Amino acid sequence: MIVQAICFYIFSAIAVASGVMVIAARNPVHSVLFLILAFFNAAGLFVLMGAEFLAMILVIVYVGAVAVLFLFVVMMLDIDFAQLRSGAVRYLPIGATVGIILAVELVLMFAAWVFAPEVGQALAAPMPGAHVTNTAALGDLLYTKYVYAFQAAGIILLIAMIGAIVLTLRHKPDVRRQKIGVQVSRRRTETIALVKVKAREGIGEEEGVR
Amino acid sequence: MNELLHGYLPILIFLIIAGGVALVILGASLVLARQNPDSEKLSPYECGFEPFADARAKFDVRFYLVAILFIIFDLEVAFLFPWAVSLAHIGLFGFFSMIVFLAVLTIGFIYEWRKGALEWE
Amino acid sequence: MSDFWSGYFWPTVITILEILLVVIVIAVAMAYLTYFERKVLALMQRRKGPNVIGPFGLWQPWADALKLATKETIIPSGANATIFLMAPMLLFMLSLVAWAVIPFGEGLVLADINVGILYLFAISSLGVYGIIMAGWASNSKYAFLGGLRSAAQMVSYEVSIGFVLVTVLLCVGSLNLSQIVLAQQHVWFFIPLFPMFIVFFISGLAETNRAPFDLPEGESELVAGFFVEYSSMSFALFYLGEYVNMILMSAMTSILFLGGWLPPFGITPAHAPYGTIWFILKISFVLFAFLWVRATFPRFRYDQLMRLGWKVFLPASLFWLVLTAGVLVWAGWLPARV
Repeated sequence: MIVQAICFYIFSAIAVASGVMVIAARNPVHSVLFLILAFFNAAGLFVLMGAEFLAMILVIVYVGAVAVLFLFVVMMLDIDFAQLRSGAVRYLPIGATVGIILAVELVLMFAAWVFAPEVGQALAAPMPGAHVTNTAALGDLLYTKYVYAFQAAGIILLIAMIGAIVLTLRHKPDVRRQKIGVQVSRRRTETIALVKVKAREGIGEEEGVR
Repeated sequence: MNELLHGYLPILIFLIIAGGVALVILGASLVLARQNPDSEKLSPYECGFEPFADARAKFDVRFYLVAILFIIFDLEVAFLFPWAVSLAHIGLFGFFSMIVFLAVLTIGFIYEWRKGALEWE
Repeated sequence: MSDFWSGYFWPTVITILEILLVVIVIAVAMAYLTYFERKVLALMQRRKGPNVIGPFGLWQPWADALKLATKETIIPSGANATIFLMAPMLLFMLSLVAWAVIPFGEGLVLADINVGILYLFAISSLGVYGIIMAGWASNSKYAFLGGLRSAAQMVSYEVSIGFVLVTVLLCVGSLNLSQIVLAQQHVWFFIPLFPMFIVFFISGLAETNRAPFDLPEGESELVAGFFVEYSSMSFALFYLGEYVNMILMSAMTSILFLGGWLPPFGITPAHAPYGTIWFILKISFVLFAFLWVRATFPRFRYDQLMRLGWKVFLPASLFWLVLTAGVLVWAGWLPARV
């Protein structure tokens, strides 16, 4: 038990510290790397709670995919820090307004927070036995009981896919692409012509080599 | 519960040991070898001429597109894992539920294909 | 107090010793993999390969290691030193840590977790970071380009690897690697899932940046890709990581498709030490195939590589996944829950 407690405190301390560093780091690339560290520790916390499947999915999806995109974006941003700082004062009123509104909303939400009446019931519900791994436990419910949510996720992914293409796809004109079908179906007769060349005459202009 | 965590303890220890080994290897060369830096030696490699412009230039927007598409398909795979494990348990309904999900994403995939988003120029 | 000793201390010490054993074995295997790569390539090209240092050149890897260790570590000006040094360490650590869940024989596994295959998938998806970080931190154009290319490449092939893994899981019904091996007692999965086996092997080549998909390094165009600026042991760490990853990929191929530690046709018992010997033999076979491919095929062009990943492997593996699931459901062959 004590090892578990130590691990919990280490993971959560690192998670919080790297969360702070995400906004405190000067270099945006460092920020993203700290974000990844925070994800990792969150995954560690998941494992401590026994949610191993969620921990792995967190690493695979957030660290392995989403953060790669962040890193791509941040790496190519050519950020001029001096310029950024001079602009900061100008945006202060807007930033402050948004911040205050958010803070007020958060306070309101927490003030009005009540536990749903089913919570006690849900907590008392029996855990699937030790023989059912939590991946299987998730699978048993997700595709049947929560089928609408699952299909909604599919549609959201579809929208994301289409959105990404609409936003980023630009075709450059005059790009020569490889057309494998054309390449493979090319016949010898289309490309090669055997010409008997007479001495000192060469081949005529019209028979020019491609 | 505790059994589950016992399984993960070796991974934690392994992580620490691997980090230690990496540090030792990296440190060894700093200690063993003679360090003799020189401004020419330290300049980035660029086929003989002086480096011009910053190396971290803007790059093709296509790399983003690949990254975004990857996220989407990765999520799809993430949904497939629990499904594969409990397919025997959830029966035909579960099976067709996933088929519909995959069909929706296949529409997206066909759209991508037709739009030429999978083409690399 | 005795509870502390018997409950925590001794198990931990034993685990540490086991881990050190695994690390040493992998390090030696990796060293000799470089030797065998040079030897096999040489023989395929009718050369002799390393043959000067030691009998048959057997001390060559150690000579290389010593040479690298005595070289100067160069941190280029303009490079981001912390990230620059972290990148190779990260890559190396990841390639080692993955071995924690690999079953070397029946019950011979460091961490027998329920989600072993997901763990491996997660670790392999993290490999991108070492490469992007190295490419970005070096502050060199070649490194940056190599890093980007490599990231896009690894990411593209990971999707098909994911589909292949799910297909195998359909036939197993568990994410545990030992269970995956045990499910192959009757037939190794490369027979019923042959197309997926091929997709996995080729994606594995792409994932480990091996020829013919070694574009990130593409020495003729990008000099060495993301690790141009690295020298000495920081370079060696990349090299180590790359080769350990190769061995890991072969181990995964053996576990998923070639029956892990199971002997073919049950000609020997499966328990230790036979199981481990079979496992090593299978890994060596897959590794040989890696080298064979390198000696045989020219490098892919980048657009061809992306097309192969997205337009061929992705739809093909998705189709096989659905087909496999359909057949299993229709015929009622789905594995019962263990």
